[in-house]
Amino acid sequence: MIGKIHSLESFGTVDGPGVRYVVFVQGCPMRCAYCHNPDTWEINAGTPMEPEYIIEQFERNRSFYESGGITVTGGEPLLQIDFLIDLFTKAKEKNIHTCIDTSGIAFNPESPELLKKYDTLMAVTDLIMLDIKHIDPEHHIKLCKQKNDNILAFAKYTGEKNVDLWIRHVVVPGLTDEDEYLYKLGYFIGELPNLKALDVLPYHTMGVVKYEKLGIEYPLKGTPAMTQKEAIEKKKVILDGIRAKRKELGLSESTDHLTEGDE
Amino acid sequence: MKPEWKDFVGGKWQHEVNVRDFIQKNYHPYDGDESFLAGPTQNTKDLWAMVTELSKKEREAGGVLDMDTKVISTITSHGPGYLDKSKETIVGFQTDKPFKRSMQPYGGIRMAEKACADNGYTVDPEISEFFSVHRKTHNAGCFDAYNDEMRACRSSHVITGLPDAYGRGRIIGDYRRIALYGIDYLIEDKIAQKNSTGRVMTDDVIRLREELSEQITALKMMKEMAASYGCDISKPASNVQEAIQATYFGYLAAVKEQNGAAMSLGRTSTFIDCFAERDLKNGTFTEEQIQEFVDHFIMKLRCVKFARTPEYNQIFAGDPVWVTESIGGVGVDGRHMVTKMSFRYLHTLENLGAAPEPNLTVLWSTRLPESFKKFCANISITTSSIQYENDDLMRVTHGDDYGIACCVSSMRIGKEMQFFGARANLAKCLLYALNGGVDEVTKKQVGPKYRPVEGDYLDYDDVMAKYTDMMEWLADVYVNTLNVIHYMHDKYCYERAQMALHDRDVRRYFATGMAGLSVVADSLSAIKYAKVKVIRDEDGIITDFETTGDFPKYGNDDDRVDEIAQELVHKFMTMIRRHHTYRNGFPTMSVLTITSNVTYGKATGNTPDGRRKGQPFAPGANPMHNRDTHGAVASLSSVAKLPFMDSQDGISNTFTIVPGALGKDDQIFAGDIEVDLNR
Repeated sequence: MIGKIHSLESFGTVDGPGVRYVVFVQGCPMRCAYCHNPDTWEINAGTPMEPEYIIEQFERNRSFYESGGITVTGGEPLLQIDFLIDLFTKAKEKNIHTCIDTSGIAFNPESPELLKKYDTLMAVTDLIMLDIKHIDPEHHIKLCKQKNDNILAFAKYTGEKNVDLWIRHVVVPGLTDEDEYLYKLGYFIGELPNLKALDVLPYHTMGVVKYEKLGIEYPLKGTPAMTQKEAIEKKKVILDGIRAKRKELGLSESTDHLTEGDE
Repeated sequence: MKPEWKDFVGGKWQHEVNVRDFIQKNYHPYDGDESFLAGPTQNTKDLWAMVTELSKKEREAGGVLDMDTKVISTITSHGPGYLDKSKETIVGFQTDKPFKRSMQPYGGIRMAEKACADNGYTVDPEISEFFSVHRKTHNAGCFDAYNDEMRACRSSHVITGLPDAYGRGRIIGDYRRIALYGIDYLIEDKIAQKNSTGRVMTDDVIRLREELSEQITALKMMKEMAASYGCDISKPASNVQEAIQATYFGYLAAVKEQNGAAMSLGRTSTFIDCFAERDLKNGTFTEEQIQEFVDHFIMKLRCVKFARTPEYNQIFAGDPVWVTESIGGVGVDGRHMVTKMSFRYLHTLENLGAAPEPNLTVLWSTRLPESFKKFCANISITTSSIQYENDDLMRVTHGDDYGIACCVSSMRIGKEMQFFGARANLAKCLLYALNGGVDEVTKKQVGPKYRPVEGDYLDYDDVMAKYTDMMEWLADVYVNTLNVIHYMHDKYCYERAQMALHDRDVRRYFATGMAGLSVVADSLSAIKYAKVKVIRDEDGIITDFETTGDFPKYGNDDDRVDEIAQELVHKFMTMIRRHHTYRNGFPTMSVLTITSNVTYGKATGNTPDGRRKGQPFAPGANPMHNRDTHGAVASLSSVAKLPFMDSQDGISNTFTIVPGALGKDDQIFAGDIEVDLNR
């Protein structure tokens, strides 16, 4: 099964645990205002690649990845679910840690055929990093030009399948940093039994150059980057939401495990 | 047993000069963390403030604060110099005051004159006359013996950076011997060596006897120099302060007499720790005092300075001394060699702040204790001042008492030395192959007049055949030029202080080097996998290229081109090996230009890989800038494939990364750089 690949990075240190071999797939339906990889949007592009090739590249330098593994990001990996199943099945045969970094947008609980594929994929996936852009449906559409109902459904689905989950959230000044919604986000993910880490990423402006290169207008012109310190404050609000939900459900309220592992 | 050796575990080292045996019997591996370390004392802070102030003044003065223009530097030429005598626990400067650069004309009087002139000073005319008329220098000797071809290669820069006008450096005395045995014992030993030479007076025996006499003189002078500071180094050191001081006096003697391209220290920390442990146990000194000695020692090493020309500083991107100190590593018995002193040395980067000198080098092994690895990673993140070398690789050939000279040259301390040989420009050599030996910049016939490439497009097999011939020629003229240089250096600028701290019969590495590896690998790859059209100028010289189509580039873990690079290293080394080397030096090669790659690039025309005329080469064995597009692991893997046995003098890779890229908040990665290549 051939995948459409944007690029390969042999030394990923911020896309999952340990040092990772990172596969950037081509194509994404989301148009997040702060996207820093606009060059991966176009669906009908990319370099065709066999999973065997990727595994081979990983294997030849395996000693670097002892505490890491393979992460597929993009673009939107789940758009190419058949390829992903093929790649991860082969990776698991070699005992490689597998991770998907996704927006969850390609999920659709209404399609039994698709669900079957997702079930197969979950069986060979060790970790999902789900990036929830905004908890509020209206704001989500404004921010990403897509609805978020399937994304939230996907979050719950990973809980049912009990695959380790890291939630990522980018805080952009004035767009995704309102305490009300951050709390709601926490409240939503608080019930997920598979939640292992919460990664709150401060918005940065490193993507601007790519927009200029591609001749696309940068949607967040003038928006300042967020400091690490502010991001930590925002993370606390999400953690409050998580604790509230857990209290309600009579679950352990400790979120200690969510503050480590991802930092 | 000598009284100074009380409480040490005895062994062979008591009956012969054998520092390694002493270390192995007496060192204590340390598995703990850095929590025992002490901060800087008030005296340390005061002294460092003085050094900082002097550095500032030196910068304001344009790079040099003071120079000696009258006194030729020897081990005993200058009286004692201090920052603040009452506060210094380790003493000694190259001249009678800190930051005053000494005059060392034996390498070449013109270089010494120029170093002075360029900094606004004038060498005493009597000295100039003496070294121009009455006493020949190393530099003059080389030019007396060079043939036309050597001169042409030198000025076209196809061979470049040659140590024919400056000190070759790269020789590490076993300075620890002074601390362990005292000078008197070492002199006795040298006298015995002199009495043990062959009876038939061949050239070799005569030279050896003369050198041993020079060494004995140097040892006597070291004792005298130490005495001028009120220190007696005739006997072994009786505590850690004396051990550091004696070791430093040995090193100081070397830098008083040799303005070498790299004046490295060796591997002293674990040795010194044996004394520190004894003193801690006996209550002689506290941890704070011991750290103070170390801080003051390192401070002195940071103040080593030479008179150099702006051109020299340009080649080496600054004014480096390469006071390399090798730390850690693993012993052949399997015990790691990290001691508390390893931590203390690195801790100076915190107590005194980050600095490029001394070049603190960790001999890295997967088997170093985890706490030390974490400590190193943290210091690297905060100071960017640690160099790492692969001990697992070098221990196989060098055992567990080797040190690094300069940045990568490994040698057994006191048993091996090196004849430093700069490097040959393999990229320029490729252009010579295409142009039949004509230099692409000067248009002069420098290489042999072989048949140049014909036609408009380059054919891989044709180019390789021509390139191989041209490399053979280059290896020949290169090795022979070095033979001249080292003959003359021994004759006119002999390193008596360093060699006095070596065994009688040393192994001499005959070091060579190559520059432009990644340029050539990519160029050949372009010729092989893409289509390269040549562009000739009005004289019919190929000066540019038009490449159509893509080609694999070195630095992406792609065997198609990486194998070209491997083959190149193997091939050139094989050619080097076929030549006679001065004093039967053991030929080695390095791929290691860390800064001079800029200069080499300047002298080299357009290359088929798309590099433009004058553009810098990549440093060392690095892939060319921006051509490694698959991330660090792929890039490092390409470099790691180069055959070490064909490049035994070292392979360097300059790797820069912002801490943030090593994991969020710089944290994930601290201590997590384990790579076990056996798994």
